[in-house]
Amino acid sequence: MSNGNLVEVKQLKRHFAIGARSMNPFKKDVVHAVDGVDLVIKRGTTLGLVGESGCGKTTLGRCILRLIEPKSGRILFDSHDITRLNKRSMRRLRKNMQIVFQDPFSSLDPRMKVGAVVGQPFNVFGVPGGGSKKERVSWLLEAVGLEADSVNRFPHEFSGGQRQRIAIARALALNPQFIVADEPVSALDVSVRAQILNLMNELKNRFQLTYLYISHDLSTVKFISDRVAVMYLGKVVETGPVKAIFENPKHPYTEALIAAVPIPNPELRADRKPMEGEPPSPISPPAGCRFHPRCPRKTDICSEVEPQAIEVESGHQVCCHLFTA
Amino acid sequence: MASNSLISVERLQVHFLTTRGVLKAVNNVSFEVNKGEAYGIVGESGSGKSVTALAILRILSPNARIRSGKILFNRRDLLSLNDQEMRAIRGKQISMVFQDPQSSLDPIFTIANQIGEAVSIHRKLVPEEMDNHITGLLRSVGIPEPEIRKNQYPHQFSGGMKQRAMSAMSLSNSPELIIADEPTTSLDVTIQAQIIELFKNLIGELGISILLITHDMGLIAELCDRVSVMYAGYILETADVYTLFKNPRHPYTKALIDSIPRLDLDRDELESIPGRVPNPLDLPPFCVFQPRCKFATDICLSGMPELLEVGEGGRVACHRAQRGEL
Repeated sequence: MSNGNLVEVKQLKRHFAIGARSMNPFKKDVVHAVDGVDLVIKRGTTLGLVGESGCGKTTLGRCILRLIEPKSGRILFDSHDITRLNKRSMRRLRKNMQIVFQDPFSSLDPRMKVGAVVGQPFNVFGVPGGGSKKERVSWLLEAVGLEADSVNRFPHEFSGGQRQRIAIARALALNPQFIVADEPVSALDVSVRAQILNLMNELKNRFQLTYLYISHDLSTVKFISDRVAVMYLGKVVETGPVKAIFENPKHPYTEALIAAVPIPNPELRADRKPMEGEPPSPISPPAGCRFHPRCPRKTDICSEVEPQAIEVESGHQVCCHLFTA
Repeated sequence: MASNSLISVERLQVHFLTTRGVLKAVNNVSFEVNKGEAYGIVGESGSGKSVTALAILRILSPNARIRSGKILFNRRDLLSLNDQEMRAIRGKQISMVFQDPQSSLDPIFTIANQIGEAVSIHRKLVPEEMDNHITGLLRSVGIPEPEIRKNQYPHQFSGGMKQRAMSAMSLSNSPELIIADEPTTSLDVTIQAQIIELFKNLIGELGISILLITHDMGLIAELCDRVSVMYAGYILETADVYTLFKNPRHPYTKALIDSIPRLDLDRDELESIPGRVPNPLDLPPFCVFQPRCKFATDICLSGMPELLEVGEGGRVACHRAQRGEL
């Protein structure tokens, strides 16, 4: 479409009710997993979504695909509002949007041969462009760097990295435009991570894919992303081009997050002061800026008023009162 | 053996008897940790790093066999001690911090109960002393309000706080060596930074030696003085941490360092190591890294190279590096 945005998310919210801790049956605790998120993913780019566990990044990824229904807000895919699309229309769209999960040991059915795993999408949608299922499956396996004779083997015969390749082949089966990759390398060994990240980049260029890369690992996010969104407690606190985020982070949380990553170079061993405290509970997020209880630069306004997104430079937005004045 | 050596592992060999054959988990592993030193063992899953740690404390599973080797701790061979003598060392002179604090703490006892148990195995304290000791330990690892927190249960602690509690437990008998097996792997990065800082203080202030087992090169660079790189049960390279990162001698170490995405460098492509780790049930009779090594030549097929000194202080198990060809 004309504006080049494949995915747009506007004021998206998703809350989860959890078991009430009081005797009053009308008073349930609510986890504010995703609490008003705006995001844009341009066609052909990778958006890295980074945050610590429990910040809502996985929920957000699944909401965008409507694997979890959002509570409010809007999701635009290819400029069409898909937020309220019925099941049948949604299913038609699904071939354009796929997901790769974190753990290739549980995301592949152990009783299905690899050929059946990768070919299963064709049972629903047929083989794109006609052609035979068998040919398409071996072509896909080859595209992700697996031997064509893998089709007759079972997932347990493959290593973690190879299994993740199978999961990627399955995601590619229907020529999708958009892939959500939720921690796709976290379960893999260091040397295998590199193989998968390189493969993802190669496939992106070859098939003009658009990725939402969800991870807690800043180093891989920096490697694979064009733009980065930093999430904290259900909110996106900063978003911008990858270079700006890592070289010139604005939000104190982004700064602290980057400073906390150990650098594999002992010469750069720093005598740093780690950020104190822990993320508060998403059941009752702090008033005002959600980061203020841990923020080294907080002022009075931070505990009272919730900061709105400000554009600090072109394409680089931050939600922090330091920049509102 | 240098006089300030605390623990010296010599040609350790650990096998597991499995239904599918003999699994050679640790092969001829030798290294030495000095007093007050932070020593790292880095390797990918299945490299034998955790088995090495468990062998030191002799807490391997029943199907494990220590085939040969010595583990000299303060010049005493731990492998020659009887069970009672070994119990006196475990948790006292050598303690351990495991990866997952969630599953290493018992959910039905309070934190004070569990730390107290570790203490009372080794010495008798009257309740009041014990109370003060536990409070002091929790305070020293940075747990706020230790008087209240110590009487809470593990589920009332966050992941980072649990790992602090585990660290407090490991410190409870003033050990000389703490073995930390992936102590921060299940923690978020900002919490990991806090635990790293805690360990740095333990080494600096208390003079405790740490044996850090990890897959994370960043953690090694941040914390350790010397490092051994393990692969398929062998140590492929040992060096001080600066040399290892600046001038890695073994092709595996080099490839491993180049394969990690980094915040401090821009990389368009990551070096990847083709193929996969050899099956520990069926290790090749030659260099274990040969099948994946881009520098391999015929000489690499002539047996597994010994870990030999190359240059100042560094040791490497590579035929070509030993001949100065790499």
